[in-house]
Amino acid sequence: MTDRMGDIRETDIRWHPTEMEEHDHSGGATVLGFWIYLMSDALIFASLFAMFGVVSSSYAGGPGPRQLFDLPLVALNTALLLASSITFGQAIPHMEAGRVGPTRAWLAVTGLLGAAFVGVELYEFASLIQEGAGPQRSAFLSAFFTLVGTHGAHVTVGLIWIVMMLVQTGQHGLTGEMKRRIICLSMFWHFLDIIWIGVFNFVYLFGVIR
Amino acid sequence: MTDIHLKTIFGRLTWESFPIHEPILFGTFVVVVLLGLAIVGAVTWYRLWGYLWHEWFTSVDHKRIGIMYVILGIIMLLRGFADALMMRAQQAIAFGANEGYLPAHHYDQIFTAHGTIMIFFVAIPLVVGIINYVMPLQIGARDVAFPFLNNLSFWLTAAGAALTMISLFVGEFARTGWLSYAPLAGLAYSPDTGVDYYLWSLQIAGVGTTLSAINMVATIIKMRAPGMTMMKLPVFCWTALCSNVLAIAIFPALTAAFFLLMLDRYVGTNFFTNDLGGAPMMYWNMVWIWGHPEVYVLVLPAFGIYSEITSTFSGKRLFGYSSMVYATVVITILSYLVWLHHFFTMGAGPAVNSFFGIATMVISIPTGAKIFNWLFTMYRGDIRFELPMMWVVAFMLTFVVGGMTGVLLAIPPADFVLHNSLFLVAHFHNVIIGGVVFGLFAAIVYWFPKAFGFKLDPFWGKVAFWGWVVGYWVAWTPIYVVGLMGTARRVRHFDDPSLQPYFVIAAIGGLIILVGILGFVMSIVMGFVKRAELRDTTGDPWNGRTLEWSTTSPPPAYNFAFLPVVHDLDAWYDMKSRSYQRPADGFRPIHMPKNTGTGVILSALAFTLGFGMVWYIWWLALLSFVALLAVLIGHTFNLNRDTFIPADEVASTEDRRQPQLGMGA
Repeated sequence: MTDRMGDIRETDIRWHPTEMEEHDHSGGATVLGFWIYLMSDALIFASLFAMFGVVSSSYAGGPGPRQLFDLPLVALNTALLLASSITFGQAIPHMEAGRVGPTRAWLAVTGLLGAAFVGVELYEFASLIQEGAGPQRSAFLSAFFTLVGTHGAHVTVGLIWIVMMLVQTGQHGLTGEMKRRIICLSMFWHFLDIIWIGVFNFVYLFGVIR
Repeated sequence: MTDIHLKTIFGRLTWESFPIHEPILFGTFVVVVLLGLAIVGAVTWYRLWGYLWHEWFTSVDHKRIGIMYVILGIIMLLRGFADALMMRAQQAIAFGANEGYLPAHHYDQIFTAHGTIMIFFVAIPLVVGIINYVMPLQIGARDVAFPFLNNLSFWLTAAGAALTMISLFVGEFARTGWLSYAPLAGLAYSPDTGVDYYLWSLQIAGVGTTLSAINMVATIIKMRAPGMTMMKLPVFCWTALCSNVLAIAIFPALTAAFFLLMLDRYVGTNFFTNDLGGAPMMYWNMVWIWGHPEVYVLVLPAFGIYSEITSTFSGKRLFGYSSMVYATVVITILSYLVWLHHFFTMGAGPAVNSFFGIATMVISIPTGAKIFNWLFTMYRGDIRFELPMMWVVAFMLTFVVGGMTGVLLAIPPADFVLHNSLFLVAHFHNVIIGGVVFGLFAAIVYWFPKAFGFKLDPFWGKVAFWGWVVGYWVAWTPIYVVGLMGTARRVRHFDDPSLQPYFVIAAIGGLIILVGILGFVMSIVMGFVKRAELRDTTGDPWNGRTLEWSTTSPPPAYNFAFLPVVHDLDAWYDMKSRSYQRPADGFRPIHMPKNTGTGVILSALAFTLGFGMVWYIWWLALLSFVALLAVLIGHTFNLNRDTFIPADEVASTEDRRQPQLGMGA
């Protein structure tokens, strides 16, 4: 035993932290946990992308991307979502500075842009189904609707979350807990933006080009 | 009422869905109902509902959640093992003119349920439960990073298990094998409720497992005691970390695969169908991207358990700690790169098959390094052959054989001959029983006194040990042999009578394992009966080396009155050997999370959502879904989630504990 005591004398060893040290000890676990969750969600999207990649030309005699995709509409949609990330970015400095009003205003603008995005997507889906190009038509269309639809469902969850944050910041102001939730929400929102860039390139542009 | 009305209310659930015409199922049903009523009656009689609800079901204490996980795993083990005995009995008698006692559609449900239950509702809950109990104690934390999420994870797993269990008596379970391959599992070939039960139970439980994995990783990264650098992290926590990182990396693939299969079955999409461009092999790829790493999710913590026990019972530091850590990390990465060896016969070509074959074989290198590390830890150690150590030795002897048959199967040409045979089935039972199950028993025996304050009965513990070890070899050696001769798996009836002796021996082996299981149950019962003489009064019954042994058995709700500062890998051994003195005063209030029933409610709603979807009872599914969202949103409005244990309460708790806490050894 004595050989491992080294240069520290018994009396100098501290076996317990002070009160201060004890407190900031589990800080940041929420943001880390949320990051990890986002990574796992990214892997769900990766699986859906892979599925789409495998069946992206399995039209089964049905319509392909060139007949189906309305690129100007998709460009509008992309612009809406990218703009919503910018507006969310506007909210964060206000939040850090503790300015409740502007934070909530920018969040509301973000929510409106997101809602417009979901609305355009639903319109696109409805018109495809009306043309007889629904998700049952071919494996390609199954994968298209599922990938884009899963993204849209995530955005919808983000919208519900934005409404919740508007209500809760109204109730409590910008407490530490509220700030943490808004930070997680902003990570979620930007994450969906990144996924959309993948969808826009990989599904729409590639589909029309080839 | 007209048919339409009935359909709206009950979906496709009719009187026909209840198996009253099947004597085996009906008998089981009667027994389960009687047992269930007896338990409910007893709990009511002793007025335990309030206690169970307030102290256990709604608890966010990682120790209680861990214990509930282990209890769930043991209950489901009994169910899964009953399935195993039924299969062994069927295969032992069904030769020639004898058709056995199980009709085909029942036998197929049994082998599917056996595999599904054993992996998802036995192995996973037991591993997660033990990590839940032990890991926060080992890293010197008071709880996990997200205590409420932990409770929710458990109840989601339990809801999935309940949905699987109810399929026994309401409708049918899947008949498609434990991974429900497409296109067989598609609506065209499996139109009844079986695959839907399968998908919904596993999807619900899978959400629980993913959340739990995120929770454990965040806990290990963020909540280690001061001074505990990553290279001072106990090796069990390292394996828990790698296992949970791996779980986070793979469960999304399974979730996606099941989600797409659900869309095929409910919406009529064409992902895995045979026509309109469907790609059934994508399902195989996705489930095995989950499936192969999953066995490492299970076995890595078992390796950690073996490491802790070997070190404790050899009275030495673990040999090659850092190589153990690196080996664990390497296995974590490699396990992600081998999934295709589960279907070499897909026809991906020699280049692809060679890559996956070689990657598979390479895994045996870090695994072998671990075996040598354990042997060198034992070498010239002061070995005490108590029960946990006996399990370790049995593991090493058994697992090595399974590892070698695994390397054999990794050679693509050999696999072309052996795939889908009983040789494969014997191989994975060899590694899962010999690797995971033995490890879990070792863990339960080792940490039981920590959790309950008394050791398990050693005599019955030895009965359990010998029953399992001997039973394993008697049951599976003949299966290896017939498998090598080419007998296919999942067969209900054989024409060749020369195979019968092998299956009779295997059935006898199954009965010997039954002795082991009964011995295990008895070791708990007799341990409880003799708890006065088996009591652990020191908190450190095995002369342990890591921090969980530095507190009482069982630990107080807050684990440690003062968080420890860590100076050495074997932190508690270090404290003992430098004559550490426990502070007797200066207690501070301790910040702890509050219990909540939200996890139970959410999981109950997930259960009714699943049940409604399985039976096409759309109103129930919709109602449950809306309620689920409402409860979830409502929960975020509750900001009053934690509380302080006042300093004088800590002091009085510590005063009661203090006499118990000698210095261990």
